[in-house]
Amino acid sequence: MPFGLLKYGLSNDYPAKHHFTPATELKKHYDVVIIGGGGHGTAIAYNLAKYHGITNVAILEKAYLGGGNTARNTAVIRSNYLTEAGVKFYSESVKLFNNLSNEFNYNVMMENRGQLTLAHSDAAIRSFRWRAEVNQHLGVRSELMDRQTIAELVPNLNMSEDSRFPIMGGLWHADGATARHDAVAWGYAKGACDRGVELHQLTEVEDIEITQGRVTAVKTNRGRVECGAVVQAVAGASSVVAKKAGIPLPIHCYPLQAMVTQPYKPILTPHVSSPQVHVYVHQTSRGEFVIGGGSDPYPLYNTRATLDQRETLSAAALELFPFLAQARLLRQWAGTTDMTPDYSPIMGLSPVENYYLDAGWGTWGFKATPICGVTMAELVATKKVPDLIKPFELERFYRFEQINEAGATAASH
Amino acid sequence: MKLLTCPLNGPRNISEFTYGGEYHPMPDPVHTDSRQWAEHVFFHDNAAGVVTEWWCHNASSFWFLAERNTISDEVIRTFEASEIFNQRIDFIAASTPEGSS
Repeated sequence: MPFGLLKYGLSNDYPAKHHFTPATELKKHYDVVIIGGGGHGTAIAYNLAKYHGITNVAILEKAYLGGGNTARNTAVIRSNYLTEAGVKFYSESVKLFNNLSNEFNYNVMMENRGQLTLAHSDAAIRSFRWRAEVNQHLGVRSELMDRQTIAELVPNLNMSEDSRFPIMGGLWHADGATARHDAVAWGYAKGACDRGVELHQLTEVEDIEITQGRVTAVKTNRGRVECGAVVQAVAGASSVVAKKAGIPLPIHCYPLQAMVTQPYKPILTPHVSSPQVHVYVHQTSRGEFVIGGGSDPYPLYNTRATLDQRETLSAAALELFPFLAQARLLRQWAGTTDMTPDYSPIMGLSPVENYYLDAGWGTWGFKATPICGVTMAELVATKKVPDLIKPFELERFYRFEQINEAGATAASH
Repeated sequence: MKLLTCPLNGPRNISEFTYGGEYHPMPDPVHTDSRQWAEHVFFHDNAAGVVTEWWCHNASSFWFLAERNTISDEVIRTFEASEIFNQRIDFIAASTPEGSS
């Protein structure tokens, strides 16, 4: 083994090639400018280049690739939502996720370990039955699970009837999964850049020029860029960027905090979530326990971690998994979630003709990354809104046709 | 824990309060169409910087306003709503038959 390592070190394969060549100079004009170099932005660029032949594309990222909410989410993939529009949309995304490593020829470490949502009340059981019916009707694997099956599936879960909120049953979602979130952005960025897309990091959009209802150029800290169309995919900065284009959005930004423990031996297979005690827990393939889902109680553009959230998340996690009392926390962090009033995203056309919105991703952005790339690229290339994202248009708020997504994590947490 | 100063009760733990949304003036009820109402109800400035917002002290149900920096999370000042709402709003005159369609 040491000899093999030495041989590798001296070979031409080392150092390993960069995933992609970072762009250097900004061109004067791009057909499409994508604001935001996270999972969504790179996915849109990848689909534009690979499936629509549009390669004169620049991704403008104010910091670095995948450094925002793409790095801060807890990497949960699922489609057991409640609205027809939501279930259809997210289940397409799960299908794309399942083939993503093949699509990229790059390992995104997809693991189909299933997701269990716990019910601690009769009301929760009723609502889960409803969700299971909706899901099954739309072809998503989702079913009600009784106490005994839960105890067999997750032997280390606290099934005591003496706890504050005893577990009465659960919603089992066999399609639930997790993947390496960074690898998703890297895979898309690599595939896009291999096909001629330019990724410009440390490039912040400062202003957006609009003439007669059309966007003509963006001004960045590195100069002015003319463009045929603009897509904004900036999650937590959605309101701030859209304001530069004169577009008001129904969004409020809240920090969402999560934390991980040190790595331990594999002991927990599925993702376990409890809307009642406001926590979800899963063990990563590295062995860390991810403990997540605490929204701050008021809006903030800040990703600091607080002791309050550490206390409430820990207390809730211990209630489900008492053995975690022995675990040591490794880190705690926050991401800025762009919350919409109906817990559904805002995708598609905007009041500005060639300016497209990919916003309002709250707590459901990572799991939508692949389908978002496909549908938004189709919209930009064909100028026709795909049926799958038609319900999520900004205009729905003016018609009072919100998509009340009660299956969203933040709707219950 | 972070403290918030209630104009009625003085400084208290922020866990005693509920955030009540951005302060934004209500449109004139007589001359507002449903599009403008939608914008008033759903759309937010969501500014990164100093904002004016509603807060409620739960225990005393006292609603007041605060100026807070949404980047640094510093509360600049809290004040009674009467500082802004210093005139009666005449809803009865606004809900005439012509205007109530």
